[in-house]
Amino acid sequence: MPQLAGPTDPAADARWPDVKPRKGFFTDTSICIGCKACEVACKEWNHNPRDGDLELLKSSYDNTGALGASTWRHVAFIEQGRERIEQARETGRTLVDLGMPGVGAPPSTDPVPAGSAPAGSASAETALLDTPEFRWLISSDVCKHCTHAGCLDVCPTGALFRTEFGTVVVQADVCNGCGTCVAGCPFGVVERRTDGTAAPKAKRGERKGEQPDVPDVGVAHKCTLCYDRLIDDETPACAKTCPTTSIKFGDHADMVATARERVAELHAQGRTEARLYGANELDGVGGTGSVFLLLDEPEVYGLPPDPRVPTADLPRMYKRAGLAAAGMVAAALLSFIGGR
Amino acid sequence: MTTSEYDSVRPPEPPGRGRLDGKRDGKHRRRARTDGGDGSREMQMVPDTEFTSYYGRPVVKPAPWGPGIAGYLFLGGLAGGSAVLAAGAQLTGRAVLRRNCRLAALGAVSLGAGALVQDLGRPERFLNMLRVIKVTSPMSLGSWILSAFSAGAGVAAVAEVDRVTGERLPLGPLRGVLRAVEGPAGLEAAAFGPLLAVYTAVLLGDTSTPTWNHAHNELPFVFVSSASLAAAGLAMVTTPVAETAPARKLAVIGVIGDLVATQVMHRRMDPVAAEPLHEGRSGALLRLSEGLAVAGGIGTLLGGRRRGVAAAAGVALMAASALTRFGIFEAGIRSAKDPRYTIEPQKRRLPARRAAGVTDDSITTAG
Repeated sequence: MPQLAGPTDPAADARWPDVKPRKGFFTDTSICIGCKACEVACKEWNHNPRDGDLELLKSSYDNTGALGASTWRHVAFIEQGRERIEQARETGRTLVDLGMPGVGAPPSTDPVPAGSAPAGSASAETALLDTPEFRWLISSDVCKHCTHAGCLDVCPTGALFRTEFGTVVVQADVCNGCGTCVAGCPFGVVERRTDGTAAPKAKRGERKGEQPDVPDVGVAHKCTLCYDRLIDDETPACAKTCPTTSIKFGDHADMVATARERVAELHAQGRTEARLYGANELDGVGGTGSVFLLLDEPEVYGLPPDPRVPTADLPRMYKRAGLAAAGMVAAALLSFIGGR
Repeated sequence: MTTSEYDSVRPPEPPGRGRLDGKRDGKHRRRARTDGGDGSREMQMVPDTEFTSYYGRPVVKPAPWGPGIAGYLFLGGLAGGSAVLAAGAQLTGRAVLRRNCRLAALGAVSLGAGALVQDLGRPERFLNMLRVIKVTSPMSLGSWILSAFSAGAGVAAVAEVDRVTGERLPLGPLRGVLRAVEGPAGLEAAAFGPLLAVYTAVLLGDTSTPTWNHAHNELPFVFVSSASLAAAGLAMVTTPVAETAPARKLAVIGVIGDLVATQVMHRRMDPVAAEPLHEGRSGALLRLSEGLAVAGGIGTLLGGRRRGVAAAAGVALMAASALTRFGIFEAGIRSAKDPRYTIEPQKRRLPARRAAGVTDDSITTAG
């Protein structure tokens, strides 16, 4: 049985004979401009069909809503006023004060701007900092490629597999569409694709324009971290196209290091709202392959605040189930012995 | 906020956005419905939490399962329990009970497997379920349990059919083989019966669906109890009272187990994650199920030796079991569709762990 929880190299744990360095994304939301080029590049490269009707969803500039079977990059837009901004700064500072792992004195080689204070003691300086009355949080979400992937663990057919790069990929020609992975993912990423005909087309603009047939209906789909491109030593489409380098791609270890440097830099500027998501290998999924720099609590972006891969508790569940089954046998024995 | 001449053409602000105003004491902030604003229902038994989400959209996705899966949860339990009863009848020489339970086991498992295949996104690929044996996947182990169970239950039931039809099945020389293996086959099915009844509890528990996941410790006990009372109920319907004394006892044990396990489950679960078990349609189904289980249990105890009462009690028990499964199934789907059930328990357990001294396992870090 593979390791179910805790830090590990996922490709080695999956017993790949030739383990490649683990690949991953670092999505720095502080420099995302919401152009959605990543969504478009992903759709084009992976031949993903359109979903939705291309209308804005009355949630700022979001027109895709969530990650899904045909949306493997999703750009979230959140509009916030002054109070929310201050709150985010406060929760971030609490996090710094907690002394979470990897914190401590960041080896700050960056020139600290005059008039700002180092991380952790920014309270007095906050007033001096620019606190805008409004801000846009923009974040390009993607599959987390977890160290312990809930979807992969529960897949009964072996359609989901761990690649030599430590990523998680669905084989569309093996998947029989049982849907267990959909419920297994703690982040709500993977989804079973429908052809869209079952849904009532009540919304204006639906089916506008000619669309090709939807491929691979009825099976699960999610981001592959462009497995086909990785094999050819290419950068995934979204990272390649990102005009601001908000989406960075590389060896997972480098991505985590870059993320730590960047968050220290922002803290040094007094932007205590900056925090990392998924960079801790001791978390409930053993760390994620896709690391994010966020500027508010994760749930604001639609991310779970404390995800835990359900399979981590599977040994205990099997024990409880064994006990329950034994109880059923005992009840039956009791019923047949000493009959009336 | 800046103003511009274009403000008048902006769409109205979506409900439940930008309302968090920094007051951290007392008031609940709920963004439950996608389209229903931030909700203002009173919360029950729930500690204070501030709750934010991305426009009320779900965090996790519900399993794309239809009612066929809920039906299978019931039928799998019914089949497993029936095979156990059939084996007991086989070993204690109760021919009618054995026959009826064997037929019930095969009938239920066939219907259930059909429902499973039909619910797949690609039903024609159902055999891929047996492509690997994967211990981390309850669905994989369950598929193998279902297959092994069906083999034994099938052989045992065919032997009964052959007897009922006066040996008219075109078996030829195989009839002797069938007679020789039907006993072992019945016992084999009975060995896999409890596993068939219980694995679905692990299947639901081993998901990120909040209500199912939070129930993972007690769900196996609820499911085996429910399976026992359902199978006993069916036996009481199909079989004359002279042979159903064991079924009646199993029914009563099942009802007690079901009530106790359900209560323990409710008490130990996170109160927010347990909410769908109490409220809404799923809560109503589970309350009705409890009522029917009690009624069926009392009917079995008081009038189980009268054919009519026994049959009525048996029907009530089967209905109770089906409603339990549908209720738990629906509660889970509902909990996945509302971000509150994902976010609030997680939001609470993180500081709880920190307070207990575990400060190194948060997914959100300052560096």
